[in-house]
Amino acid sequence: MSTSSQNRTQQQFLDVVIDAGDGWIGDIPAGSLFRVVDLHGNQAVDTLFYDAHDLTNRFSAVDTIRFQGAVYLTTGSVLRSVNGDPLATIVEDTCGRHDTIGGACAKESNEIRYGEHTRFQHACRSTFVRKAAERGLTKRDLTHNVNFFMNVPVTSTGGLSFADGVSAAGKYVELRAERDLVVLISNCPQLNNPCNGYDPTPVQLLGWSQ
Amino acid sequence: MTRDLLYGVQVPGGSGWSILLRRQQALRLTAQGPDASVSMLVYAAADTTERLNVPDTLKAQMAAAVRAPMTLMSDMGKALLSVTASSLDWHDAITGHGLDADIAARFGGTTYQSARNEWRRSARTCLLEELRVHGLDNRDLHATVNWFTKIAPADDAAGSLRFVPGHAREGDFVELRAEVDVFVVLATSPHPLNPDAQWRPAPVRADVFAVDAPAADDAARQFRDESSRSLVMAERSCA
Repeated sequence: MSTSSQNRTQQQFLDVVIDAGDGWIGDIPAGSLFRVVDLHGNQAVDTLFYDAHDLTNRFSAVDTIRFQGAVYLTTGSVLRSVNGDPLATIVEDTCGRHDTIGGACAKESNEIRYGEHTRFQHACRSTFVRKAAERGLTKRDLTHNVNFFMNVPVTSTGGLSFADGVSAAGKYVELRAERDLVVLISNCPQLNNPCNGYDPTPVQLLGWSQ
Repeated sequence: MTRDLLYGVQVPGGSGWSILLRRQQALRLTAQGPDASVSMLVYAAADTTERLNVPDTLKAQMAAAVRAPMTLMSDMGKALLSVTASSLDWHDAITGHGLDADIAARFGGTTYQSARNEWRRSARTCLLEELRVHGLDNRDLHATVNWFTKIAPADDAAGSLRFVPGHAREGDFVELRAEVDVFVVLATSPHPLNPDAQWRPAPVRADVFAVDAPAADDAARQFRDESSRSLVMAERSCA
């Protein structure tokens, strides 16, 4: 479901724009609100969450799905860690559906999916390892991410597809941090499927403290 | 066609096990009771930071479940295992595996002192023990494939999920061919979405065979271009 904006009196601590194909890593304190804005529409935002006090207690897509008993993420979804702990809750969602089974693109998986000519194209995993290194994290610490604004429908017969984006310019998703978090983002550079409308664009991050 | 049984292991329900499976070997898992579940982690033996990537596996093969003749792909685009045969057309890979807290809440906690080897351990606890005795740890966890388990999505707005009781029966099997040398870790604890009010984890038979490398007309190679390319990447790494 989609929900709409509310008045806020909190102190803003974050307002950054992530260029197409760039990334971000930073701290989001417990209790604060964290918004991702799809500035131009149909932009996948690959996102990972870590417990700031135990980086091995990281986001887990499959634990999140099992706890909520449903595949898609929207308002009310609790993003869980690999230990089952709540990391963040989606409190507002003007898009209505977000993916967490599609993972991130990598140069190697691009070649598998789209052929040899895509092997040297920029990919999310390259951004993830570069930004993760700023906090001493390595590939071992990368797990299956959330794809905000991405639509990956599954069917009762076991089908899965990357469908055209359900998002549009100005749509946003807002989360409440349930503990101190480190958040790692790749603003997806993928050119070979509809997840970015074949035209990757910037997104905005906003944060308000408790 | 080579198919020689090398050895077999009877894995009790609720236990963990691991195995180095070499290229040109296959692992056949056979359910020894209803609603068996085998939660599996897979690593490239040459570099365990290369591991099964369930999202890459599913999106490349346009599937929400694992079934023959899919390949199981690593994060580096390689086929680690191919599903060469199975009596079941659905193996879950999107709902993870159980934690000790689930079991304590539903069945009550146990200790070794109170229950000896009948203690109720989650798949997570069993997997972590096997990882740790091989120098790996919780940073190496990834989404498991849950062999024999079907958790079906509804065609509704939420993608609601439902455990399908009775999906696996005694004798159901899946056979996995290693495409590179792989380190396989598995646990036979019940899936946490299994609503069974009793704790009765089914044992699983694990048999290892010597087999041929995939031929030019192999089913996985013919399944999809993506599956075929993942086999080529595995072959290049062994060339």
